[in-house]
Order: sequence, then structure tokens, then C-alpha cells
Amino acid sequence: MKISTFIYNIGQGIKNIKRNKLFSLASVGTITACIFLMGMFYAIIANFQHMVKEAEESVCITVFFKEDITEDGITNIGNLIKSKPEVSKIEYTSADEAWQEFSKLYFADDPELAEGFKDDNPLAKSANYEVYLNDLSKQSEVVKYIKSIDGVRKVNDSPVTAKSLTDFGKMVGYISIAIIIILLGVAIFLISNTVMIGITVRREEIRIMKLIGASDFFVRAPFIVEGVIIGLIGAIIPVCVLMIIYEKVIVYLMTQFQTFTSQILFIPLKEIFMIIAPAALIIGAGIGFIGSKITIRKHLKV
Amino acid sequence: MIELEDVSKVYSTGSPAIKNINLNIKKGEFVFIVGNSGSGKSTLIKLLLKELEPTSGKIVVNGKELAKLKRKKIPYYRRDIGVVFQDFRLLKDRNVYDNIAFAQRVVETPNKVIMRRVPAMLSLVGLSEKYRSFPKELSGGEQQRVALARAIVNNPAIMLADEPTGNLDPKNSWEIMKLLEEINKRGTTVLVVTHNREIVDAMNKRVITMHKGVIVSDETKGEYHEN
Repeated sequence: MKISTFIYNIGQGIKNIKRNKLFSLASVGTITACIFLMGMFYAIIANFQHMVKEAEESVCITVFFKEDITEDGITNIGNLIKSKPEVSKIEYTSADEAWQEFSKLYFADDPELAEGFKDDNPLAKSANYEVYLNDLSKQSEVVKYIKSIDGVRKVNDSPVTAKSLTDFGKMVGYISIAIIIILLGVAIFLISNTVMIGITVRREEIRIMKLIGASDFFVRAPFIVEGVIIGLIGAIIPVCVLMIIYEKVIVYLMTQFQTFTSQILFIPLKEIFMIIAPAALIIGAGIGFIGSKITIRKHLKV
Repeated sequence: MIELEDVSKVYSTGSPAIKNINLNIKKGEFVFIVGNSGSGKSTLIKLLLKELEPTSGKIVVNGKELAKLKRKKIPYYRRDIGVVFQDFRLLKDRNVYDNIAFAQRVVETPNKVIMRRVPAMLSLVGLSEKYRSFPKELSGGEQQRVALARAIVNNPAIMLADEPTGNLDPKNSWEIMKLLEEINKRGTTVLVVTHNREIVDAMNKRVITMHKGVIVSDETKGEYHEN
């Protein structure tokens, strides 16, 4: 395609939008609403998953050893656990460290009380490994494996926490995918309607074009351009609005609910919009392209 | 240039529009097709433009057998045919210049060529002064002259005119006919469908008369073509 033809078709696409102002505005409005909702869902879901991940990362399996185990035996158990791909990291706490932690926590005000246990560590059997996993859904498998290792006395895990977090995360994911698919369908339907009106309005012009010898591509291109431009405008507006709202909401939550939000880490604006902005532009252009393509195939026999 | 062999067209309603037509138009000829409403004149134009498919028979235009022409090749075939209609079919939202340039844009002519060719066409049809006017600001005759300029701007080998003077007064009708004659003199084969007997008689060209889908006579002044 020649550059002059490309520029001409873009110009015609823009003219189509201007000629068909009301319907174009309605389409832009709908796509804006759809992408706004998608972006909002994504921001909520991404933050939720971020929080779940944070929570998951803090959930760990604690492994205690048999009383007669040697230092080498403990190291060997550590190596065996580390060799599992599901394990992200392990942390060793010796009996002395466990006691120090405990006394710091409970005898901070009366350190002399802890002195009574100086030569008799009440947590002598508490040397342990804290095992953190990449994927919490694999917890039961890892626990089963660790229990089978010789020298392991006891394994503490939290299967309920692991399962409920994983299940809740999945449920939120499925619901959001369903909502996004419905919204995408609505947006494609509306843009397709707008392009169809454009085709109806320009039926005579299209007929003349065909009689003069315009190729299929030349007749169709302005409608594709129209759809893509509407899609892109419908994507840029909600991205800008979401950026403003996201920052304001985070600031509001951080200031109004300090106790609650001090436990939670929100995804920074820049990080979340590195995904939302390009995704919205691709989705907007994609909706426009698919919507106009469907209509052209159905109503524009060239 | 244009050959029709036993061409028939029956519409889906069952009514035959054209019955077993045989026709041969040579390169550079100027031919009138006359006949009453329903005689099949416009169907013939639509068949030549490949807007319609014949029910039977063979059509060869410019060496191309239309039945064998692939769908994607149709636009390229039409680029060799200029066409004007009774109702002008100009784009109402574009001025005279853009209406003519439009025909070149759709065939992807470079801008430089468009800028040279459109003024030449405007000059030929005598509308250089009105290049910025919109169709609604022009008289019927002027609109048809714009349509003619648009039809010939791509140098077609054939010009089809379907009732080009149907909406015009006698003075404008003559001007259009003179322009068509001028176009023909430049080497374009011209086929004019009309029911304006006065003009046909005065032009001294080949005249094909159709009646109820059949060619009933084919004559040139002093010459008769057997069909």
C-alpha cells in the first residue's frame, strides 16, 4: 500500500467519525466504560493477588527434629528440603535462637526471670526449619515429603490457610475473567453497530467506489481505521481517569484506614499502569478492529 | 472491444431482461443503445460492469471473459471502464475537485499525478472556475460534466453512459454529447444508453435498438449490422 493511500484512508476514517459524531461518541463512551471497568477490576484483582501473595509468603511449614539428631543430620534434612522445586527458601532456627526470640518477646520487661532458665533451655527441642513455598497449593505434597525424611519428628503446617487463600484467589480470578469477557462482548457489539451505521450512511459512496474500481481493501480500510481510532480513544480516556483515581484512592485508604492498611502493601501506580496502559490500548484497538471487521464482513459485500 | 454471445439474463423473479443477445462493438466506436423502459438497456450496462452475472452466454470485454474473472480482479477490470449515470452520482460532501480526484485516489494514483490530472479534466469539461463548488451549487449539466470528468480521469478504454442526458435540458444535453464525442475522438470506446431520439438522430452514430430484451435493429447511417 502506498503512503498516500495509507494517509488518505486514515483521513477518511477520521472523517467517518466526524460525520457520524453521535454514534462515534456513544461507542467511545461505551468502550471507555468497558475499559474503565476492566482497568478497575484489574487494579483491584492485582492488588488483591499482591496481598494474597504477601500472605502466602508469610505462611510457612515448621519442621522439628528428633532429639538424638546431629548437626550433620539437620544440615542433611535442610538440603533434602531445599532440593524440592516447590520450596522457595528455608530458614534455620536453633534451640538457643528460639529461646532468645521467646525471651525477648515475653521477658522483655523482666529479663531477670529469663535468667532462671539460663542453663536449662525450655525450648531445647525447638530447633527447626521454617520452609517457605513458591506455590501454597503444593503445601500438602511438601509436608508429606518432609514427614518421610528420616530424623524429622514433627511438621507444623496450616492447610486451611493455604487452601482458603488459594481458592479465594482462584475464585476472584474466574469472576473477573467472566466479567471482562461480558464487557468485551458488549463493546464489540456496540462498535460493530457504529460501523454498520457508517456503512449505511455511506452506501451510495461505497457503490460509486466499487464502480470506479476501488479494491476491497480500499473500500474497507476507512471503516477499520474508524473502529480502531474509536477503540484507541475509548482506551486512552479511562487509562487517564484510572491513573488519577488510583492514586487518590490509595492515598485516601492509607490516610483514612491507617491501622488496616499498615498491614497491606498496595502496588505502586507506575508498576500497575505499566500493565494497564498498554493492555488497554491493545484491547481498545483490538475491540475496534474486531468490531469493524465483523460488520464489514456481514454488511459490506465488495 | 465488447463482445456478447447469446447472452441472456433472467432475474430471480423469473422475468427475462435480456434474451440471447449477440453484439460486437469495436475499439474506438461510438454506439447508442436505445429503447423503451424495460427493454433491457440498463441490464446490459450492469452486465458490462459485472454488477450482474448473465444467466447464460459469454461476455468478453477488452479481451477479458467476464465469467472467468476472479472476484478480486473485478476492481482492476472496472478501472478500464468509465461510467456516468442519469443521476450523476457525485459525492455530495465533496467539492468538484475532490469528486474527480476521488476516482484517482481509489485506484491509488500518486498525489503528484492527481494534482496534474484533475485540473486538466476540469479544463476539458469547462469547469476550471468551479473546482471548489459543491454538487448542490451546480446545475444539472455542470454536475454531469463533473461526472464525465470523473469517469475519464483514469483514461479508461471504454466509457459507459447510462441515460447521461436524462435529467438535462436540450442545451446541456448537447454539451454532454459533444463532450462524449470529444472523449471518443481521443480513442475511448463510448457506449451511450438513451431514449433521446432527437440527439441520437443528430449524432450520426451506430444505433442499437432494444425491445423487450432483444436487439431489434443495429444500424449506422448508411450501414446495417446484422445480429
